[in-house]
Amino acid sequence: MTTNILALLPILIPLFSGIIMLFMGKRPVRHRVVSGITGLLMMLAAAFIVAHVFQNGTMVTYIGDWMAPFGINLVIDMASALLLLTTSVITFAVIVYSFQSIGIEREKYYYYVMVMFMITGVNGAFSTGDIFNMFVFFEVFLLSSYVLITLGGKKIQLQEGFKYLLVNLISSNFFVLGLAYLYSVTGSLNMADIYLKLENYDGSLVIMTIIAVVFLFVFATKAGLFPLYFWLPGSYYAPPMPVIALFGALLTKVGVYAIARTYSLFFIGNEAFTHQALLLLALLTIVLGSVGALAYTDMKNIIIYNILIAVGVIIVGFSMMDEIGTIGAMYYLIHDMIIKAALFMLVGFIIYRTGKADSERLGGLIKRHPVAGWMFLVAGFALAGVPPLSGFYGKFFIVQSTFDNDHYIAGLIVLISSLAVLISVVRIFMNVFWRGDMDFSTLKPIKTDKLLFASIGLVIVSVVFGLAADLLYPFFEMAASSFHDPASYASYLTEVE
Amino acid sequence: MELITIILSGILIGASVYLMLSKSLIRIIIGTALLSHGVHLMLLTMGQLKRGNVPVLDPEVSSYTDPLPQAMILTAIVIAFALTAYILVLALRMYKEIGTDNVEEMKGVPHDD
Repeated sequence: MTTNILALLPILIPLFSGIIMLFMGKRPVRHRVVSGITGLLMMLAAAFIVAHVFQNGTMVTYIGDWMAPFGINLVIDMASALLLLTTSVITFAVIVYSFQSIGIEREKYYYYVMVMFMITGVNGAFSTGDIFNMFVFFEVFLLSSYVLITLGGKKIQLQEGFKYLLVNLISSNFFVLGLAYLYSVTGSLNMADIYLKLENYDGSLVIMTIIAVVFLFVFATKAGLFPLYFWLPGSYYAPPMPVIALFGALLTKVGVYAIARTYSLFFIGNEAFTHQALLLLALLTIVLGSVGALAYTDMKNIIIYNILIAVGVIIVGFSMMDEIGTIGAMYYLIHDMIIKAALFMLVGFIIYRTGKADSERLGGLIKRHPVAGWMFLVAGFALAGVPPLSGFYGKFFIVQSTFDNDHYIAGLIVLISSLAVLISVVRIFMNVFWRGDMDFSTLKPIKTDKLLFASIGLVIVSVVFGLAADLLYPFFEMAASSFHDPASYASYLTEVE
Repeated sequence: MELITIILSGILIGASVYLMLSKSLIRIIIGTALLSHGVHLMLLTMGQLKRGNVPVLDPEVSSYTDPLPQAMILTAIVIAFALTAYILVLALRMYKEIGTDNVEEMKGVPHDD
């Protein structure tokens, strides 16, 4: 019953780093140093947490020593720990990438501060064990993301940023509404406690199903699930590349994580409706995401629609709610966070170098940037799930789980979507790097060493993750257990008494 | 008493939907503020409205008010306040940059080049 400072570090490090940078004033170079160090520290802390959770099981911290169901507590199980580690790796890469791409003006106006505050919210949402606290952390990262999407004040940024703000504001209000309903039914806000109370729930299933739908509306809006992804392609197109990489890799995945958490802990009374609805929405997301990814030639748009496909695939895994499905979903979640950030960065590199986002107007770039070109191909293969690379394991488990549960059509759609992903990404590669040469004299003379360091670093992380997937299996087995066996997540409450 | 506040919050949310569907930026912003008011009222009602009781848990006291919804509303109000402030500044900036407050004229995604 003590406050374990280690569990708080992923929230405290970026928070204090942001505050320190605020007091420094408009000094971009110092901001770079501080945020770089913060990224390294966060990786260190998250790696410690993963090791600690692996050895000692779920890590629980009672803030202010208040007893579990009454006070707010942080519960870091293996799933949260892995997500924290991935978040810090991506943050570090994006920060290094920003040095040469975000522009001095944005750096002056507290870009790094906002990134740090956003990471505070994301890490908090991953590690909290209290549903209202999760709402607060959602607001923390959303408010920072509103600033990040509009920072720079270009016309398109303001226009799309306002829409993004409005959509998220409405869904946040519905989050509060859902919390109010849930509180009136269960009388508790602690997620594990709600699970225990709902186990002996003998009230009306209708009200629980309504709450499930309200929560699905909220999190599907954040995650970009059909039919609530309408805002995503437009809004993610507006900000500069490092910000898109952060949003695409982290923000949608927080929504996915929240769906997985609430749909494994709270809404298990009426799975025939709720989880079938989730599966159906996920499949429609995959289909429409594939259509979008194949329809565009603009590189940014193709990758943005690939976010939707990935979200759909992960949700298919979580909606199965068996061991294999959730292991697959966890594998795919971690894989997709890394590879999506890497792809956005590589696409950003091409856009910064050539000044064009339309892949059909480029060509022959492999002569100038062979490393970036082949890394792009590797990242594309990993995204589609070609065997030795990281996307394969997640998809393999997810498809196996759908076949086990007699959802053959779902399995087939996931498999066919891999083909759509492969075509969409390889088409970028062929257009940009092969084909006839473009006019190389129009290339912009910019420094690219840090851009390439960050993006290629992440591709290498992803490749290593794919090759070491077998060794990491115990971690993912542990991570998945709190989803398919929610009693293990709630065990810290029952063991205390 | 609960019924009245639930109906009131329904009216507030209905009004906010009407406002948010209009074309003027300021109306949309007022709509979001009203939406949060309606939701907060709903949150308050969920803890049951009992008047004249104190929010303590004590063996001597048989009837008490649940303090948690009030604590939650306080947090939610602060967040809504910050959001309203930010969205107002954003609207001002948009009016200066785009030169209109009509959302009809903010359609479409202009291309980079």
